[in-house]
Amino acid sequence: MATRWFGAPVQRNEDPRLLRGQGLYVDDIDLPGMLHAAVLRSPYAHAKIVRIDTQAASNLPGVHLVLTATDLGEVLEPSPLLIPHPALTHPRTQLPLALHEVRYVGEAVAFVVADSRYLAEDALELIDVAYEPLPVVHSLATASAPDAPLVHEDVQGNVAAHLLQSVGNPDEVLANAPHVIRETLQMERGAAMPMECRGIVARWDHYEQMLTCWISTQAPIPIRNGLAAIFHLPEHKVRVIAPDVGGGFGAKIMLFYPEEILTPFATMRLGRPVKWIEDRRENFISTNQERGQLHEVEYAFDDQGVLLAVRDVFLHDTGAYTPYGIIVPIITSCSLPGPYRLKHYASDCQALYTNKVPVSPYRGAGRPHAVFVMERIMDRIALELQMDRLEVRARNFIRPDEFPWDVGLVYQDGGPTRYDSGNYQAALDKLKLALDYDTFATRQAEARVQGRYLGLGIGYYVEGTSIGPYEGAHVRVEPDGRVFVATGVTSQGQSHQTVFAQIVADQLGIEPQAVLVATGDTQAFNWGVGTFASRAATVAGSAVHLAAVKVRKKIQALAAELFEASAEDIELAEGKVFVKGAPQRALTLGQLAIKANPLRYTYGESARTLAAMNLAAARPGPALPPERDAPGLEADGFYSPPHGSFASGVHGAIIEVDPATGMVSFIKYVAVHDCGHLINPLVVEGQVHGGVAQGIGGAFFERLVYDDTAQLLSSTFMDYLIPTAAEIPDITVEHIETPSPLNPLGMKGVGEAGVIPVAALFASALDDALSPWHIRIREMPLHPCRLHELLQEARCHKAVLPLATEKPGAPTENCH
Amino acid sequence: MVTIKQTSMPALHDMCSLSLTVNGQHYERRVPARLLLSDFLRHELHLTGTHVGCEHGVCGCCTILLNGEAVRSCLMLAVQADGMDLTTIEGFASSQEPLHPIQQAFQEKHALQCGFCTPGIIVSVHALLREHPMPTEEEIRHGLSGNLCRCTGYQNIVAAVKCAAVYLADQETTHSRNENNK
Repeated sequence: MATRWFGAPVQRNEDPRLLRGQGLYVDDIDLPGMLHAAVLRSPYAHAKIVRIDTQAASNLPGVHLVLTATDLGEVLEPSPLLIPHPALTHPRTQLPLALHEVRYVGEAVAFVVADSRYLAEDALELIDVAYEPLPVVHSLATASAPDAPLVHEDVQGNVAAHLLQSVGNPDEVLANAPHVIRETLQMERGAAMPMECRGIVARWDHYEQMLTCWISTQAPIPIRNGLAAIFHLPEHKVRVIAPDVGGGFGAKIMLFYPEEILTPFATMRLGRPVKWIEDRRENFISTNQERGQLHEVEYAFDDQGVLLAVRDVFLHDTGAYTPYGIIVPIITSCSLPGPYRLKHYASDCQALYTNKVPVSPYRGAGRPHAVFVMERIMDRIALELQMDRLEVRARNFIRPDEFPWDVGLVYQDGGPTRYDSGNYQAALDKLKLALDYDTFATRQAEARVQGRYLGLGIGYYVEGTSIGPYEGAHVRVEPDGRVFVATGVTSQGQSHQTVFAQIVADQLGIEPQAVLVATGDTQAFNWGVGTFASRAATVAGSAVHLAAVKVRKKIQALAAELFEASAEDIELAEGKVFVKGAPQRALTLGQLAIKANPLRYTYGESARTLAAMNLAAARPGPALPPERDAPGLEADGFYSPPHGSFASGVHGAIIEVDPATGMVSFIKYVAVHDCGHLINPLVVEGQVHGGVAQGIGGAFFERLVYDDTAQLLSSTFMDYLIPTAAEIPDITVEHIETPSPLNPLGMKGVGEAGVIPVAALFASALDDALSPWHIRIREMPLHPCRLHELLQEARCHKAVLPLATEKPGAPTENCH
Repeated sequence: MVTIKQTSMPALHDMCSLSLTVNGQHYERRVPARLLLSDFLRHELHLTGTHVGCEHGVCGCCTILLNGEAVRSCLMLAVQADGMDLTTIEGFASSQEPLHPIQQAFQEKHALQCGFCTPGIIVSVHALLREHPMPTEEEIRHGLSGNLCRCTGYQNIVAAVKCAAVYLADQETTHSRNENNK
């Protein structure tokens, strides 16, 4: 049996280039005659634009173009609404440049193109804009107040969407249940913060009448299609390339950001290449954000700890516009039931406009909020009934024999929220072992005697991944024996050049290093969607597999003809093709590729050695007979899942809290994860590690702080604290492999998984560590100061909560 | 310690002479006084392996060696590097050479994903391992804390640094053995 690459910890094909500093990110592109752009952004969260004077900027030597909204002609159209939804009754999208009104700090107002970025920024300072400030909606509380100012004057109550979903009969169950609790849970904004900001280089080729754009994006094909429509070009005359992308995490799936229209517009106007690179300050105020939600949740359970019903009424902060529809709150609504058999559930969400940066998915995309709510519920049930927290979860799990499990809700892709497979108890058992759960209570008690406060937290989640509609791939064997793969998805660190190579290598009997994978270039592959929603490896990977299977069959058919053998007896191994049992008489894949082309002219070493082999002579008749309808060893594959596949996992951590300072440190962190069959464990674990780190950042360090005029106060890396190596603990990753029945290789997505349960876990661990003070965490993110505040409150007001059980032993202190 | 040369303040747009060595190659250029060193390296010398992630000295993507010390090239003007000896990621291994032991360790331990922060981290690690050839876990984490990575969660980077320390020590042993045998 030949080596199986699928499942092996293969080192990455992309690394040598990236490690040598030879990656190609958008800002590395330097074209002859290229000009540089800068954007003037609104300093007000909400204001009328009275007048813009660009004369002085235009007169500055070295400035080639100054654009305001009125210069854009027919391009001055609101960005398309990407994903409409019947509940989204008042969608609003952004103009490339604001015309009469700005609705968030950072909204683009003018665009300058100059000889250098330095000059372009000089020119921004010469543009004189007269604003007339308007009342500002800076929070969900303001947005939902009865006399709230309006973000869009024609949208009453700031309500963009009102989404209602329900299963069973939650009202009746809530009215008659033995235990009912109602709580308010809140999550504030965070941001993706990829290390590479956004950027675009656009070039108009007059001779080819062709627009080429290099964009740091997760979705080149949709952008290509959109630019073709906006600029009235045939799609094949627009090429969009996502070269190396320095992280995306969802923020780069949005389209169109204004600069993605303005930069092509400028290059077509000026006939010279134009580059715009976002700086970090701009990234903080103009790249989409996420996470702001306020949940009022009511839930019922019985004496055995079985969850009976949930009614979750929540507000979702959608920012100033809804370019991405209401995908995020739909995901929240559908993800809330998690791994539990929730038969009665009502979800009522209002997406509200605020004068802040628009909201679109950021890694996790609505799921961390849902998991926070549900896992808070599970912990509370355990507390109220004095039951073990893990036991409560186990009593509510969907059992392995109950799949497929229909949650009864319509998922973000418009299909059913139907769990394809899972084994939730198995993961929990692994976690217990890895955390040494059974001895923790003793360890915790011993530590408390020494004045140390340990807490154990857990967070369980089910994640909808691998959604459609489809992806495709092309696989081709080159005459030199290398295999070329192209697919429409992009890569922003997900190792696609390696994992897709592994999939192809298994089919064609070669090493992954011999496979060249092109991603994110619309000219390399014309069809596809993009890399988001933990879908690329699964959906595009399945397409790559299907294409590779077709190429393998072509290879076998041709080799059978040449060796005068049967196709079933043809084997592929170590880059060679031969009849079973006769590997000494073999053709290389390259030689076979030459034979697959009826062209008589042949080139190179493979061609010369071919002549020396005693192969079957060409058959009489057409060179391309009907059974071999095309030359070459190549094929397209497309894969379209029936619906998303649902990965799952549980994280557990032991933390220590210093009650004097509110500082928290991690003692142990375990992630048990089930994404079906793993393509490459190195890559999967890396994805989980990175997700957890973002989760920890989002739970304890990172916070987008807006003041009451909706000015972002934490707009540098000195204020918005991305965790460093000093804060993130080692993470033990354990795998469960419950294959998905939905795709040929049994895979599920993993990209977002790591981040999803962390806020819930963190709250759970804090509650446990601080149980002497009866702290119950109901908000995220926290930070040491806020934790300290909560502790002070608890010390002052002993009974902060109507908790069923009083726990003795809380140190009493004087309150000042 | 790196001593930054004090010069009389030129106006923003003045062109200044600049003479420096980067990765062993000598350059003489005229540059605007306000040009950042990171921009000079990237856009004048086309050494685009040095990345810019924040332009305010926090993320560490633009870290280079300046007279052997790891510094942030976005916090310096190009003219302040006059007369100095710089090493960027391109100076660690050209495409013809095998990977530097630190780079090799990063590949083996899967210590990079998108790769954007990686050049700056490798430069920082180089400086760290020169100061602490066999660093403790704490020294590694402290040494890395001036570089942000948004993809990896740092765990594999820490593992790669440990691995690189061993590779470099082996290299050193082999080197001194060869010297002794001469």
